[in-house]
Amino acid sequence: MEPLIEMKEISKNFGGVKALENVNLTIYPGEVHCLAGENGCGKSTLIKVLSGVHTPDHGEIFINKKRYKRLHTQESIQEGIQVIYQDFSVFPNLTVKENLAMGYEMSNNKKLVNWKLFEKIAKQALETIDVDIDINEKVENLSVADKQLIAIARSLLFNARLIVMDEPTTALTDKEVQSLFNVISNLKRKGISILFVSHKLEEIFTIAERATILRNGKNVTEQLISELDTNQLIYHMTGREIKETTYESEFNENQKPLLKLKNFGLKYMFADVNLEIYPGDIVGVTGTLGSGRTELAEAIFGIAASDSGTMEINGEEAKIKNPRQAVKRKIVYVPEDRLTKGLILEQSIERNIIISTVENLLKKFRLISDNKVKNSVDYWIKNLGIVAKFPKRNVSVLSGGNQQKVVLSKWLASEPDILILNSPTVGVDIGSKEEIHEVIKEQARKGMGVILISDDIPELKQNCNKIVTMDKGKVISIDHISEYAMSR
Amino acid sequence: MKRILKTNEFYITIVLVLLIFYIGSQNSTFFSINNWFDLIRSGIVPGIFVIGTLLVLISGGIDVSFPAIAAFSMYTTTSIITSLDFDVPVIFAFVIGALIGLFLGFINSIFIAFLKLPTLIVTLGTASIYSGFLLTFIDDGQITRLPEAMTNLSKTRIFEITTDYGTIGIPVVFLITVAIAVLGWFLLKYTMIGRSIYALGGDEVSAERMGISSVKIKVFVYCFVGTLAGIAGVIHTIMTRNSNASDLLGGELLIIAAVVLGGARITGGHGTIYGSLIALLLILIIQNSLILLGIPSYWQRFVIGALILIGTGLSAIQVKRSLEKRNPIMTE
Amino acid sequence: MSNPLHVNEDKKQGRFNLNKDFIDKYGDLTLLFFIMISVFAIMAIINPNVFLSQGMMLSIANQFPILGLLTLAMMFAMVSGGIDLSVVSTANLSAIMASIIMVQYIPADASAGVTTLYILLSIVCALLVGCVAGLFNGILVSVVGIPAIIVTLGTMQLYMGIALVLTKGKSIVGLPTIVSEVGAGTLFGIPFPLIIFIMFVIFSYFVLNLRDYGLKLQMTGSNPTASKFSGINVTSITIKAYVISGLLAAVAGLLMTAATNAAKADFGTTYLLQAILVAVMGGVNPYGGRGKVAGVVMAVITMQILSSGLGMLQVSNFFKDFMWGTVLIIVLLANLFYNKKISKLS
Ligand SMILES: Nc1ncnc2c1ncn2[C@@H]1O[C@H](COP(=O)(O)OP(=O)(O)O)[C@@H](O)[C@H]1O
Ligand SMILES: [Mg+2]
Repeated sequence: MEPLIEMKEISKNFGGVKALENVNLTIYPGEVHCLAGENGCGKSTLIKVLSGVHTPDHGEIFINKKRYKRLHTQESIQEGIQVIYQDFSVFPNLTVKENLAMGYEMSNNKKLVNWKLFEKIAKQALETIDVDIDINEKVENLSVADKQLIAIARSLLFNARLIVMDEPTTALTDKEVQSLFNVISNLKRKGISILFVSHKLEEIFTIAERATILRNGKNVTEQLISELDTNQLIYHMTGREIKETTYESEFNENQKPLLKLKNFGLKYMFADVNLEIYPGDIVGVTGTLGSGRTELAEAIFGIAASDSGTMEINGEEAKIKNPRQAVKRKIVYVPEDRLTKGLILEQSIERNIIISTVENLLKKFRLISDNKVKNSVDYWIKNLGIVAKFPKRNVSVLSGGNQQKVVLSKWLASEPDILILNSPTVGVDIGSKEEIHEVIKEQARKGMGVILISDDIPELKQNCNKIVTMDKGKVISIDHISEYAMSR
Repeated sequence: MKRILKTNEFYITIVLVLLIFYIGSQNSTFFSINNWFDLIRSGIVPGIFVIGTLLVLISGGIDVSFPAIAAFSMYTTTSIITSLDFDVPVIFAFVIGALIGLFLGFINSIFIAFLKLPTLIVTLGTASIYSGFLLTFIDDGQITRLPEAMTNLSKTRIFEITTDYGTIGIPVVFLITVAIAVLGWFLLKYTMIGRSIYALGGDEVSAERMGISSVKIKVFVYCFVGTLAGIAGVIHTIMTRNSNASDLLGGELLIIAAVVLGGARITGGHGTIYGSLIALLLILIIQNSLILLGIPSYWQRFVIGALILIGTGLSAIQVKRSLEKRNPIMTE
Repeated sequence: MSNPLHVNEDKKQGRFNLNKDFIDKYGDLTLLFFIMISVFAIMAIINPNVFLSQGMMLSIANQFPILGLLTLAMMFAMVSGGIDLSVVSTANLSAIMASIIMVQYIPADASAGVTTLYILLSIVCALLVGCVAGLFNGILVSVVGIPAIIVTLGTMQLYMGIALVLTKGKSIVGLPTIVSEVGAGTLFGIPFPLIIFIMFVIFSYFVLNLRDYGLKLQMTGSNPTASKFSGINVTSITIKAYVISGLLAAVAGLLMTAATNAAKADFGTTYLLQAILVAVMGGVNPYGGRGKVAGVVMAVITMQILSSGLGMLQVSNFFKDFMWGTVLIIVLLANLFYNKKISKLS
């Protein structure tokens, strides 16, 4: 059979980040093809090259044998490629019906808006995936799941030859996922190809026929799903066997907890969280998107302060209303989104490292001491092995792993008692990933308490001594690592 | 219904109605035909500016060069027509004015759409260039004798009424403002380009992914604004029967204020023709009629400033509130 | 690193990058410096007798401090990621406050000492008014969450409105003669306005480029969310930036009063756009996060030399407008291509 899509030797860099290096991808008509890999391995970037959002630095794309050096978004749409973007790509200021119908009508070269028709199209789109959303509501007022459903419904309207789904299930319930899978089967029957992107193994095994696996922006393998088992898939994605190493706290349990949450809650977000963090603990927190784990972390750090229950720090009751108070109480947080929340990309590596400790680097008259800054920056660059020759350059030139180490050093410099990390190894190469894990464990051994939030269960199993599972804003289990391993 | 209650347009309308009745109850001359004709007359040129500014704000940009464009087009158009030694129909003046505006708007769009420079700074710069160029290289920006065709149009009025004070009426050019408002409304509500402007202002990245060319839309928006400003310049000269550039310059910030008061957001994606026009009317009434309440005219600016801050402040708080409640995880 | 080829490559890259580091840090300033010197040289060559005369130098030194202070005020707001359209209104409002005190409260038969005391009081009041105006801007921007451009568009009207109400739209005249004497006076041969300007340049340099506050302000201006996630008190940092902006505007207002011996609600409205233009020319990033006092000072001096020089050639004010706009667009384009080059290098 002739391939529908052939991407050859695609490379793409962002500043210092090599997102794709000579990646190949082939998709045949009517197949459900899975693009798999860990977070940050370049899946979304590859898709954006295919949809014309990114211009590749190198490589070529064939669609039905027609060769493109680069695609424009319109060309890609006209070639019958529809994409459900990971970030949904919806318009918050427009109504549901417009979000659904506008792109479709534009691709039909309509110049005028027929609102009646818009309504009809929108209703029909929602029917195909069997959901009920008020089509006159503005999208900014919808829940995350509804936004994702709209992104899905929108792509199904088109007479597409290939529908690309970039992690389309992150916010969906099991029932919604099931109905999406039914839709995919129907599409396949009609001869439409699906490129399904996921790092969730169950989904891959349920729906896909063939898989292309990426690791660190490079091809690892392309195989039929039937020829793969779970362990092999994990091996291809992560580049290592599941090691049975585990982490145990070396501190005894009779100590005072560093942090104690009692019935901790935040309206609409999470409730009744009871949790104790002792010196030496690395507590893993897991749960789906929308389980409240990020909100919990951000409440501890004071981004959106909790409004019920109590928090004790070193046995003393404390109220933390903003991040500054948290930092003062020696609680720090590495956010999930490194590029917009963790780092200030337009500023230098040096400034990003010293930002939280600059008050300790002053001389007379509160002037910043260049010497102290240099010493501190040099120390952290060396200590965490950050590959950065020129600390005065923008932090955006660094690779993902080095960027994350900059975020870490910013906080380690402030000598925290509690370190909260939200998906700290997403978009980080394997080498740096292990280095980051080592740093975390080393800090814990020195008596720090760590909360490690992650989707990556093997990561948690290898690095945590306790694992908390959250769902819909509640803690559903807290297991010691040995019990956790058995329960799965 | 609940949705309407949440809009800026709704609140502005309420304030406007209350103000109208209050001023009217204090001083009945407010309801006189004369006063309303004055109000309408003073809104003809700003009305056009408001439509253009609204489009720019919806697209996520800002343009402070439209008064300079209007002045440029006004002066150049009258010069060209005066220099012709044969009579031309007045429509010619509008076509020339529109073309000049289109050209200057296109220059703006080169910097904004193609080179992606910040819109405020670019239009500050081009506004200086346009008005400086006009006043230096062309003349002092004043023409006192208008071509005949334009003078004739300036005397044409609709709804002529004879009152104790003499015959009054609305200049016929008011119909142009009305036509532009209707055109703007249709464009924004019923054309794909109009909806694309909203989409672009809402989320530029998503718009590009959907196949909307942000370059094309921005070129369209700034050219459209330029064209409107060009026409407004010609109307201004017809109404005042001379061409004095300094009349127009300097009014840009108040026009932007009106559009923002009417519900447009500086961050893009929001705003309606109705809201902008109603807010403009509110500002015009404050400027023209506060005096009927016995409030001296030097209070105008204070009131307008306070209105802008209260109006935008309330909607900012509203947005914050709804953000807090957004995307609940737990269903209770 | 045992491979000699490797080491070599590294070294080459290293040297290259060192230069780049220098360009990153001082490139824009060097460029500005050369532009300033060339403009000066061109003017001096065109008409050395007039341009290099003491009178011309004095007039330049007397004129640019007001615009310079307003530009510094604009710079603080812009570095914080916003803009301050109310600087001129604030300046006038502060000047009017001071003038009202001087005109209405000084007894007719007051001795020189008492008069001086009242003048000092009026100056303190003016500076306070500036700070309060800035505080109000800052609160609306960072607590209420209205975009800075809208806030200051509103307060520009509001402050000018208050000034109009206070003065009933008239200008205040009849200030004590000592005000204009000091305004036109010199110290060690340096004009008084220039001395004030230098003082506040040093102040701004300390605050923005040397102290921890300046660093935090720049970080906040680049990315307020990430700054908040780094434990910076974004609200208070932003408010302080607007307060400083208001303070600097008030000083500019006092200088305007000293120069004209009067105060009026709508003095100097053309300064607003010029302040934005000069700030951008001086390397302040319109998107926030970056700004150097040295750049702003050079930009304002350059523009004043250009403007006075053109005045010497008797071109109209309108031509100056034209030129301002042209220079601004050229600076924007130069920055654009310069940045493109830089990012290609890396
Ligand atoms: N616009 C961008 N600018 C800078 N870096 C980016 C950008 N988009 C993606 N990256 C980086 O490229 C890498 C691959 O990202 P992505 O394709 O989103 O991964 P995935 O979808 O597989 O999780 C990551 O390290 C990410 O940080
Ligand atoms: Mg992705």
